[in-house]
Amino acid sequence: MRIKTEKSTVAFNTIGYIVLTFLTVICLIPFWVVLTGSVTPELEIINEGFKLWPNELTFEAYRSMMTNPGVIVRAYEVSIVLTVTGTALSLFLTAMAGYVLSRKDFKYRNGFSFYIYFTLLFSGGLIPWYILIVKDLQMKDSYMALLLPFLVSAWNIILMKGFMKSIPEDINESAKIDGAGDFTIFIKLILPLSTPGLATIGLFVALQYWNEWFLANLFITTADKYPLQFLLYRTLASAEALKTNIALSLNADTKPPSETLKMAAAVVATGPIVFLYPFVQRFFVKGLLIGSVKG
Amino acid sequence: MRGFIRELSKNKVMFLMLAPVVVFFAIFAYVPMAGVYYAFTNYDPNVSMFKNEFVGMQNFDFLFESGALWTITRNTILYNLAFIFIGNFLQIVCAIFLSELPGKWFKKTAQSVMFLPYFISFVLVGAFVFNLFSTDNGVVNTLLEKLGMEPYDFYLNTAPWKYIIVFFNVWKGLGYGTVIYLAAIMSISDEYHEAAKIDGASIFQRIRFITIPMLMPTFILLLLLALGGILKGQFDLFYQIVGDNGMLFDATDVIDTYVFRALTGNFDVGMGTAAGFYQSFFGLILVLSVNYIIRKTREDYAVF
Repeated sequence: MRIKTEKSTVAFNTIGYIVLTFLTVICLIPFWVVLTGSVTPELEIINEGFKLWPNELTFEAYRSMMTNPGVIVRAYEVSIVLTVTGTALSLFLTAMAGYVLSRKDFKYRNGFSFYIYFTLLFSGGLIPWYILIVKDLQMKDSYMALLLPFLVSAWNIILMKGFMKSIPEDINESAKIDGAGDFTIFIKLILPLSTPGLATIGLFVALQYWNEWFLANLFITTADKYPLQFLLYRTLASAEALKTNIALSLNADTKPPSETLKMAAAVVATGPIVFLYPFVQRFFVKGLLIGSVKG
Repeated sequence: MRGFIRELSKNKVMFLMLAPVVVFFAIFAYVPMAGVYYAFTNYDPNVSMFKNEFVGMQNFDFLFESGALWTITRNTILYNLAFIFIGNFLQIVCAIFLSELPGKWFKKTAQSVMFLPYFISFVLVGAFVFNLFSTDNGVVNTLLEKLGMEPYDFYLNTAPWKYIIVFFNVWKGLGYGTVIYLAAIMSISDEYHEAAKIDGASIFQRIRFITIPMLMPTFILLLLLALGGILKGQFDLFYQIVGDNGMLFDATDVIDTYVFRALTGNFDVGMGTAAGFYQSFFGLILVLSVNYIIRKTREDYAVF
């Protein structure tokens, strides 16, 4: 049987394909330009500027970056350790709090929920927060300053509480009759049942730690404590952060490229996310769908 | 109080499980709230907080008189309005197309690509902007020259930055918002569309009379939430795109960047705290009023 397609449907499909193709291309172009920028010869950029399609390909920028990979490897280490520790710790604390607040038999749950929620409504602002961390907590130039300030977010706790509310209350009661304590119930029963929620919030948090540059900008002064994105920021701002290190390992006459180096640094700092994201995206979409259907 | 203690001993474990988070917010959120006191002082780094010289509303007066407060408030609000309306419009359009078009492979690819910008850091967005708009080497200027036109010095002119900033914000949030609206579309029962088809409605009519009205609650909820936070926003975006380029502040300075400069530029604690307090205080009032409106109109959506 042939299905007759209406004229309006054909028109709709045509417009739809055009609009989506256009937006898709727009979303890709910046990535493309950075990628080609990193493999264009430095001289071509100085003479003709960045282009969509370089005349010549060269991996000079990557090669000179690899002459002294120490800086980048170090930044990778910092970012990876920070992301893993930060995400694990944050998820654990968020899940515990979310669980307690989702328990209907926890008498003060509304009071504590408001205590947490209020921090979203009102804050002392950036400067008192900065003074607290630097003067009172003495965390300047320490890894703690990268790990702690954004460790838990009120928003994630509220989301987690929402996810956990959908787990039937009976589970708690029957486990209690079997003699399990609250913490055991949480670890053995609730956590395994909350995997979609944990995955979604875990990804939010991991992304935030991986893309972190702001805390480093405010608090970190020693170069080998730079996380990846902050190293990239410094490189873009001056290209000095990387160049001096590279120049040290080259002989004095050869000047490392600087424009292409910036783009190569951007590629190296972003690579893993772009490769991981197709896998990660699936979880994200699923988590968002569950989360938003529940409201 | 007695009741609380009894509750505490009965549910020791649960209180312990909640404790780290309670302590965290006490330190990182509630202690800085006391710090708004700096807004009313002439800050001296060598003395403890409440020993600072009290100057009353002087910092606020100065903010008002310098005109800075007006510029940054206007910019913050206008930018946020543009983000909200242009962003949501495109997200809704994409979600509708993604739900209605045939061609699974195409839709999957389009959705994945549009989600990509959400995952990258704002530092990389900064790299994009540099690459596209830098005066000597930028792609846009390279193209202009190729077309025989004069190169344009983006970093000396305020005009284009409004569009660049709005563009990159919308660009970064497109995929994420599309998924939210897609979820809302998927929760619409098929029966409506089937019935409309039988009645002879074209696809445009079905979208106009079924899909869009059904998306309105989601849009209104997102709108109200966003309006509550309209004085805040997107420090990363502004800072990575414009940085400390004073030439552009008239069009690009928002409350967050102003406060950041007060901290890192001249360490003007009193003034910076005053601006932050102003933002937080009016933000709170806005959130409360918006929540009031939500509760009046759609009670189940009210946040508290």
